[in-house]
Amino acid sequence: MAEMSYADGILEGFRYLLATYPKCFTIGQGLWSPWYVGTTMKDLDKEFGKERVIDTPVSELATTGAAIGASLHGYRPIVIHPRMDFMLLASDPIVNQAAKWRHMLGGAVSPAVTIRSIINRGGEQGAQHSQALHAWYAHIPGLRVVMPATPADARDLLISATLCDDPVIYIDDRWCYEWTDDVGPIEEQPLEVQGPRVLRQGEDVTIAAAGYSTRLALDAAEALAASGLSAEVIDVRVLNPFDPEPIVRSVEKTGRFAAIDGGWSTCGFSAELLATVAEKVAPQKLKAPSVRITLPDAPAPTSKALEDVYYPDDRLIAERLRALAA
Amino acid sequence: MELRTTLGTLADPHSPVEPLELRNLPASRLTEDLRTMVRIRQAEAAVGDMVESGEAKCPCHLGIGQEAVAVGICGALTARDRLYGGHRAHSQYIALGGDLTAMFAEILGKQTGASKGMGGSMHLYAPETGFHGSVPIVAGTVPVAVGAALAAKMDGSDIVAVPVFGDGACEEGGVHEALNMASIMKLPVVFVVENNLYSSHLDINLRQPFDSVARFAQAHGIESEVVDGNDVVATRLAMDRLVARARAGEGPGFLEAVTYRWRGHVGHREDIDVGVRRSSDEVAAWRARDPIRRLVDALISRKDMSEGEFNAMTTHVQGEVDSAVEAARQADYPPVKALIDMVYAHAAGGR
Ligand SMILES: Cc1ncc(C[n+]2csc(CCOP(=O)(O)OP(=O)(O)O)c2C)c(N)n1
Ligand SMILES: [Mg+2]
Repeated sequence: MAEMSYADGILEGFRYLLATYPKCFTIGQGLWSPWYVGTTMKDLDKEFGKERVIDTPVSELATTGAAIGASLHGYRPIVIHPRMDFMLLASDPIVNQAAKWRHMLGGAVSPAVTIRSIINRGGEQGAQHSQALHAWYAHIPGLRVVMPATPADARDLLISATLCDDPVIYIDDRWCYEWTDDVGPIEEQPLEVQGPRVLRQGEDVTIAAAGYSTRLALDAAEALAASGLSAEVIDVRVLNPFDPEPIVRSVEKTGRFAAIDGGWSTCGFSAELLATVAEKVAPQKLKAPSVRITLPDAPAPTSKALEDVYYPDDRLIAERLRALAA
Repeated sequence: MELRTTLGTLADPHSPVEPLELRNLPASRLTEDLRTMVRIRQAEAAVGDMVESGEAKCPCHLGIGQEAVAVGICGALTARDRLYGGHRAHSQYIALGGDLTAMFAEILGKQTGASKGMGGSMHLYAPETGFHGSVPIVAGTVPVAVGAALAAKMDGSDIVAVPVFGDGACEEGGVHEALNMASIMKLPVVFVVENNLYSSHLDINLRQPFDSVARFAQAHGIESEVVDGNDVVATRLAMDRLVARARAGEGPGFLEAVTYRWRGHVGHREDIDVGVRRSSDEVAAWRARDPIRRLVDALISRKDMSEGEFNAMTTHVQGEVDSAVEAARQADYPPVKALIDMVYAHAAGGR
């Protein structure tokens, strides 16, 4: 076990993949810059060469489409979108092409591309530099969507995603980069067997979340413990294909459910989580209506005065959960 | 790496520059242009200081060194025209006469800001001046401006739309769709590219096979001009020609103004976030092509101005900038309800 930050987890994942698999390459904006994508890809171009660590023109659509094309011919590309907002310009290759080709062409085609998308918000960046659109992508059959919350997952889900024969959207969050944890050695794991994981056991309430929101859930569980309430925290990890069972089992035990999500409420990922509870947990086992904690249904503001109320903070989350658990 | 240049000396800061040709333009107008360039530079320097001190938190992209482009193109427009900017748009906002206090207030997130404190540096709005909005999604406003031109044409007006974007933006597919459409529909739009030879950390030779982007206009049958963007007179005259054609219903134009940003891509620094191959020698050479100094020198040699008068102008403008910053500091933050109230035109059922 070694102590590793989330950012270093990502970097280690890239280093392992590029060192182990000659057919793996990575392509996207900022890859030759010491000022971009944090430290998560630092000096990869120097270590593995600019032929395999490719910086690009400002062309999200062509970059993503080209990576899909290369994946159809034996390569394992990892596309980088330094912000999820910019990835919207690559919507066609992702949604109409990568997600569909296997199914619509009879099952034999493997668009084995990994698309890394970074959630980068706060800092008064505003509406076009803040979005967390994981729910959009998780809505699309054919795309696998993963959101690591821990340093180990930051590394290992990147590896599983890249080795997977399907297109995978790998979403990391800059607000997670500094978290550290003890992380064991790399063991390759098929993505197909990955799913939600209980990170903390509890009896009174179940909280499910993904990515940075999982950290908020763990913090909230800690705050609740101080009030004598015990929360079970489930890290969803894989948003699509989504395995509801761990959440169902947990809520059957606790009788109370809360989802925390960094997206918006309406048709957001929290809606999927609550739908799971509504569909699969018998009403008589539920002690209270479920709760979701999300962004308000508004674009991200810039002004500090508004940003402060836009992103749910520890205090607000603990308050809402205490009310639920009481 | 082989450099393929079609811009030649325009892109080579080490080649000597000729003194600005003032072309018999009246001193009064050139002095006003100079004042606007100084205003842009000093306002942006003030923004840089606010970033450095931590007072301004939003991402700020400074165009110090590029002032002549904004002043040259905006001089050819009226307040009825429709300009759209990108992430580096302070200069166009100011050149069109946007209020300085409202710009600083926007950057500080105050409710008296140009966009009511909802957008920060990258999202300015001053339609009364002809500045119809700036956004940081690269190339995002280019098709939008084509639509503004379509509306102007449908109205039978002589209004012209102007998207201002960068050499990097030309790598986005949407720009090429917009060029083709504007051409085939003969729309009154003048595309303006501030070619500062960089897109964040990559110089144009790492991103495109040629350093001039006017070739994209030629491919779509659009009238184009390539100018020294550090020459406010040449920029203005070229823009005048393209705008006149567009106004007269003769179709779109494309102006490539070659220039250079002195600071990094974002923020106040000159030494980080600049360009992986950018050298301090290159910056020094471009600084010697300072668009402001070149205009001052030409005005002095034509005896339209003295160094003392230029210094007095600089001091006066600094006073304006300082009081605008101070007024912005005094303003209030937006009320929390603005967060929800501004999402839709009309709130339904009190929600
Ligand atoms: C769609 C999109 N992709 C990437 C970015 C990140 N980005 C912001 S500014 C910029 C550089 C654009 O260069 P250019 O168009 O030449 O304008 P300049 O910064 O030189 O003024 C990039 C890549 C973005 N904002 N939007
Ligand atoms: Mg540029």
